[in-house]
Amino acid sequence: MLEVSGLSKRFGHFPAVSAVSFTLRKGEILGLIGPNGSGKSTTFNLIAGAMRPSSGSIRFEGTEIGGLPAHRICRMGLARTFQIPRPFRRLSLMENVMLAANYGNSGTLAKSDAQRRAERALDMVGLPAADGIEGLGAAALKKLELARALATGPRLLLADESLGGLDHAEMEHAALMLETIRTKLGITIVWVEHIMGLLMRIVDRVIVLDHGEKIFEGLPEAAAKDARVTEIYLGHGRRG
Amino acid sequence: MKNELARRLGALVVATLLLALVPLATSDYALHIAIQILLWGFVYTAWSLMGKFGLVSLGHGAFLGIGAYASPLLWNYAGLTPWLGIPIGILAAMLLALIIGYPCFRLRVVGHYFALVTLALSQVALLTIVAARDITGGSLGMTPKAVGHSWYALQFPEKPYFYAIALAVWVFGILIWHFVDIGKGRAALDAIAEDEGAAAAIGVDVMREKLRVTLASAALTAFGGALLSQYFMYVNPDTLSGIGVSLQIVFAAIAGGMYSALGPTAGGLFTIALPEILRVTMGTNFVGAANTIYGALLVIFIIFMPRGVIGLIESRLAAAPARKISKEPAA
Repeated sequence: MLEVSGLSKRFGHFPAVSAVSFTLRKGEILGLIGPNGSGKSTTFNLIAGAMRPSSGSIRFEGTEIGGLPAHRICRMGLARTFQIPRPFRRLSLMENVMLAANYGNSGTLAKSDAQRRAERALDMVGLPAADGIEGLGAAALKKLELARALATGPRLLLADESLGGLDHAEMEHAALMLETIRTKLGITIVWVEHIMGLLMRIVDRVIVLDHGEKIFEGLPEAAAKDARVTEIYLGHGRRG
Repeated sequence: MKNELARRLGALVVATLLLALVPLATSDYALHIAIQILLWGFVYTAWSLMGKFGLVSLGHGAFLGIGAYASPLLWNYAGLTPWLGIPIGILAAMLLALIIGYPCFRLRVVGHYFALVTLALSQVALLTIVAARDITGGSLGMTPKAVGHSWYALQFPEKPYFYAIALAVWVFGILIWHFVDIGKGRAALDAIAEDEGAAAAIGVDVMREKLRVTLASAALTAFGGALLSQYFMYVNPDTLSGIGVSLQIVFAAIAGGMYSALGPTAGGLFTIALPEILRVTMGTNFVGAANTIYGALLVIFIIFMPRGVIGLIESRLAAAPARKISKEPAA
C-alpha cells in the first residue's frame, strides 16, 4: 500500500531523515517509534505532504506522492492526525468534521452527504455531535482530530502520538480505538508514538528510528529484545 | 440554510426599497454624499471579503487605482466605451492580484508580511501612475472627455442616475458578501485563517481558496474604482490610489465591522461624512485632520470594538434576548 524508499530530508546541513525505506501492507498497523529528534515526525510530515523530501520516493498505492501538496495527498485517501490537536475554533465541532468530509472528497459532496459522513466519524470516535468546541478536554480534542481524519474517507491513516497528554484510562481507550478503526473500517494505520507499552501491544510491526536512520524493523517482541533498540530507545530503565 | 438565505434576502430587499426612495426626498448635495457612501461602501465590502479571513491587504489602493484609471484612459485615448473599459480594468486588477497573490500564497507569506507586501504594491501603483504623467496626468490627475448625458460613455450629469447605479452596485456587493458567508467556501476560508497546515491536511486546497477570494476582492474593488472615476469625472492618484486610499479602506472596514454585511458600508459613513463635516466646520484651517482622526479612531476601534460598530450592535442585540430569558423567574 505504501512504499517508502531512500527517503531523506535535510535542513541545511542537518540530516533529519536519512535514506529511510520501508513498505506497508494493506490492513496492518505499523508502529513508528524512536526517541525525541529521531525523525519520526519529519518522516510523517514527508509522507503527508507537509514537507518536501530532499530525495527518495514515497509511493501510495502505486502512485508517487513525494512532494505533492498535502491536500492532494489527503484527497488520494491518506489522512493524518496531529500530535497537538489543531481544531478550527472559528467553526463548530460539527463544521470541523463536515469540512473534512467535504474537502477530503474534493469538495464535491452534497451538504447532506458531508453531514452523514461527519456524524459517522464522530460516532466512531465517540464524540457527541452536539458538543461545543470550547471546553473540550485533551482526550476529546484527540478524538476530534481522529474524527476529522476519518471523515476524509482514508484508506491509510497516519496517527501522530494519539496517546500524548492522556491519562492511563484514556490511553487504553485511544489505543483500542485505533485497533477498532483498522478492524471495522479496514483502514491501514501508521502510528507514531512516544509511549511504547500500549503501542507494542497493538501494532503488527514496528520500525525504530534514531538520528534520522532506521535502526530496526520487525515484530514488536523482537524490537523489545534488540540490543540497539534497547540501548538507544529504551535506555537503562525500560520505559513505557 | 434556506430560511437564513430567505431572511437575509428579505432584509436586503426592504433596505433597497427604502434606499431607492432617497432621491425623492433629498437635495443634490445629500445625494452626492449618498452616492459616495454607497460606492465606497461597495469597495469596503469588497476588501472585507478578504479581511475577515485574515488576509489583511494594504494593496487595495492599487486595484482601485487600476479600475479608476483604465476606463478613462481607454475612453480618452482609444475612444473605447466604459462598458468595455471597465471590464478591461477589472481583468487587469485580477491579473495583478494573481501576480502578487500566487507567490505570496505559494511561499506562505501571511499576517504582517502579507500586509507589508501588499502595502508596497499600493505605493508602486501610485508611483507608476505619477511617473506616467504624459498619459495619466501625473499628480494633477485626469478627466475623462465629457460628452454630457450618455449611456454609451456612462456619463450622467444628473445625480439620480448615478445614485441608481451606485445603489444597484452596492446591493450586488452585499449579495456577494452573503454568497461568500453562506457558501461552502466560508468554512474552508475560516479554517485557513486559523491554521493553513491543518486545513490542507483535511483536503482544503489552500492556494485555490485564497486566490479565489483575493481575485474576487480585487475585481470588485476595481469595479468600484471605475464607477468612482465615472461619477467624479476626475481621477487623481492620491484620492483613488496609493497607500492613503488603502489605509482608508482598511480603516472603514474595521471601524464599521468587517464581519457584518453592513459593517463596511457603516465605515463608509465615517470616511465620507467625517471629511465633509470637517470641511464644512473648519474649512481649510485643519488640513489633514481627517487622516489624523482616522488614525486615532482606528486605534480606539481595534482596542475597544474589534468587530466594529455594526459588530458591536449585533452582539448587543444577540445578548439582549438571552438576558431577558435569564431574568425570568423559574417556574
